[in-house]
Amino acid sequence: MKKFERFEGVVAPLDRANVDTDLIIPKQFLKSIKRTGFGVNLFDELRYLDEGQPGQDCSQRPLNPDFVLNQPRFKGAEVLLARRNFGCGSSREHAPWALEDFGFKVVIAPSFADIFYNNSFKNGILLITFPEDVIDRLFAEVDANEGYQLDVDLENQRVITPSGEILEFEVDEFRKHCLLEGLDDIGLTLKDEDAIRAFEQKHKAARPWLFRQSA
Amino acid sequence: MSGQTLYDKLWNQHLVKQRDDGTALIYIDRQLLHEVTSPQAFEGLRLANRKPWRLDANLATPDHNVPTTIKERAEGNSGIKDPVSLIQVQTLDDNCLEYGIEEFKINDPRQGIVHVVGPEQGATLPGMTVVCGDSHTATHGAFGALAHGIGTSEVEHVMATQCLLAQKMKNMQVRVEGELGLGVTAKDVVLAIIGKIGTAGGTGYAIEFAGSAIASLSMEGRMTVCNMAIEAGARVGLIAVDDTTIDYLAKRPFAPTAEQWEAAVADWRNLVSDDDAQFDKVVTLQAEEIEPQVSWGTSPEMVTGISGQVPDPSAALDETVQRSHTRALEYMGLHANQKITDIKLDKIFIGSCTNSRIEDLREAAKVAKGKKVADSIKLAMVVPGSGLVKRQAEAEGLDKIFIEAGFEWREPGCSMCLAMNADKLGAGEHCASTSNRNFEGRQGYGGRTHLVSPAMAAAAAIAGHFVDVRSLPANDATHAQEA
Repeated sequence: MKKFERFEGVVAPLDRANVDTDLIIPKQFLKSIKRTGFGVNLFDELRYLDEGQPGQDCSQRPLNPDFVLNQPRFKGAEVLLARRNFGCGSSREHAPWALEDFGFKVVIAPSFADIFYNNSFKNGILLITFPEDVIDRLFAEVDANEGYQLDVDLENQRVITPSGEILEFEVDEFRKHCLLEGLDDIGLTLKDEDAIRAFEQKHKAARPWLFRQSA
Repeated sequence: MSGQTLYDKLWNQHLVKQRDDGTALIYIDRQLLHEVTSPQAFEGLRLANRKPWRLDANLATPDHNVPTTIKERAEGNSGIKDPVSLIQVQTLDDNCLEYGIEEFKINDPRQGIVHVVGPEQGATLPGMTVVCGDSHTATHGAFGALAHGIGTSEVEHVMATQCLLAQKMKNMQVRVEGELGLGVTAKDVVLAIIGKIGTAGGTGYAIEFAGSAIASLSMEGRMTVCNMAIEAGARVGLIAVDDTTIDYLAKRPFAPTAEQWEAAVADWRNLVSDDDAQFDKVVTLQAEEIEPQVSWGTSPEMVTGISGQVPDPSAALDETVQRSHTRALEYMGLHANQKITDIKLDKIFIGSCTNSRIEDLREAAKVAKGKKVADSIKLAMVVPGSGLVKRQAEAEGLDKIFIEAGFEWREPGCSMCLAMNADKLGAGEHCASTSNRNFEGRQGYGGRTHLVSPAMAAAAAIAGHFVDVRSLPANDATHAQEA
C-alpha cells in the first residue's frame, strides 16, 4: 500500500444520501478475479447512458452529461464529497478498489457504512466524517467555486479550505498509522503469532467442538 | 458491575489481544468462502508466499455466479455460459484444491448459498465467530454466533492469521413483543424494524433481536431476521440460544456428537444476555402492529404495510429525505399516494439467503397450491437455497405445486437477488422479490424491486399485483410460528 501523503485535490460533489456499493460498482464487474481496473466502471449506472458490461471499451460509451464526474470542472478530482450513510449495502471491496482506481484518495461525508469504512482504509483511502452542517457548507462552496480544492493533511488530522478555514477531523490512531506508513495488516498481525497460537490452544481445550471437521 | 450482553460474551471469548490504539485481534472459528470475494485474497496469499493458518476453519461453495436452470446445471461448470463467471467459479475450485480447503462444488447436493449451507451443515455453531466476504453473514447470528461480513483484504487476513482486526461495536437491542398476526412472517418483522430505525439506524452496533415474537420464530425465521441486520446498518445481528437453536443443530454433519454434544449444549446455554446487561440503545416494536410489508423505494427503509400507500415526498421533513424519495419514485415508476395493492408486477423471485429455506418454500407453496400465476407475469421463479433444501422440497411435493401453478423450479444459488448470473430483471420491470436489497439496478439494469415475504410474493404472482396475504382463504397455513 502506498503511503498517504498530504495533498491538495479537486473536490467532486455527489449530492445523494445512502449511496450503496451496488451503485459504486454494479455486480457485473465483480466477476473479475483482479484487484485493478475497476475505475472505468465506478458509478457505472450514473455515469453512462447504457448498460455496462465487463471487459468493454468504455471510451466508446455514451456519457451522462448530468453526472458530476463527467463535468469538465471536476476532472481529475481526488476528493469525493458525499452525503450520509455512504457505502451502505454489500461488503464488496470492489467499491473502494473502483474509487481508488479512478483516482479518489479521500471521501468526505456525514457518515459511512461500517464494512465500507474498513475496506476503504485497507486500500489507502481516507474517509473523513464531518457534521451535516459542515457538509452542507462544503457542498455550497464547491458549487460556487470552480476548481475548488481541499488541502488534506492526515498527519495533523485537518482539512484546509481555499479560504484558509481549518476543519479538524477524528480518525483512530491505528488506521492513521497504517495509512501514513502504507502498512500491510497481515504482516503486523503475524508479529503476534505467538499470542494467536497460545489463544488457539486454550480455545481448543475449552471448546473442542469448534475445531471439529465434517463427519 | 452490570452483566454482559450476548455480544459482550462472544467478543470476550474470542479476544486474542486488545491493543492500546483501540483495535483488537479477534480469533475466527469459521470462514465461509465463495467465488466472488475470495480470488483476490488467495492471490494475495500466493504473492506473499503465505499459507492458510487453519484449513479446517474454512468451507467454500460457489453461489453468486452459478446458473440456475436445470439444463445448464446438468453440465456442471461447463454449463456456465458467461466466460467471466466461469473463470471465477473455476478459480474457486482451483484455489480450494491447491490449498486443501473443503468445497461443495457446483453440483454437489450440499452446494448452495453460503448462508444457507453453513447452518444447514452445522458448520455454524453457537459461540462461534463466523466471517465471510459477504455482508449477509449476519445471518449466522441467529445461532448465537458472532458473525459478520468482511471485505476481501480481511478474507485474506483471516486466512493468513485466523484473526480479524476489529473494534468493539456498541450494543443495541431490538425487542419485538407480543404475537405476530396470521400471515405475518419473520421477513415482515425485519422489514418493519428497518422501516422504523432506518438503513443507518444500526451503524456501529451489534443488534440483538429479542422479545417474545422473536423467541417464537423458527430457526429459519430467525435467520431471515438476522440476515437483514446489515440492511439496518448493523454488521452483526444476534439472537440468544434456546431449545429451538439446539434442536435445529442436533445431528447436523459438522455438529458435535456424543459427550462433546452434551458439553457443547451446556456451554451454549450461557449464550444469552444477562438479565442486568446494559444496552446502549433499545428499540421496541409491538408484534400486533406489524402487517405484511412491501418496499416501495430503492432503499430497504422505504417500506410500508400492505394496507399503506406510497408516501408523498413533499411530506418528508428533511430535505435530503425529500430528494431521496423523489428520486426513488421516479426510478420506481410510482407516484405519491399510490396504493401498494395497485402496484402491478412483471416478475416474481422467491429465493436468496434471506428467504430460500424449506420453511420459506412451504409458506409460498401453501399460497400457490391449486392456483395459477397471473397471465401478466412474465416470469415467476423459485430458487431453493441449497441442493438439500431442493431435495427436501421435492420430497414434500412442493416442486410440483410450484410447477403446476406456473412457477419455474430452479437449481440453488444467489440468482436474481443480485443478478450476477443470467437471472435478472429488464429495465422498468417490477419484481416481487423475497431478497434483501431494492437498490437501483440490483436485480438488473433499470429493474424495480419490491421486497416482500415468500407468502406475499406467491400471492402477488397469482394476483399480478400486491395483495394482502391475510385476505386469502386458508391463510392460516401461512402462519410461520405454528410450523
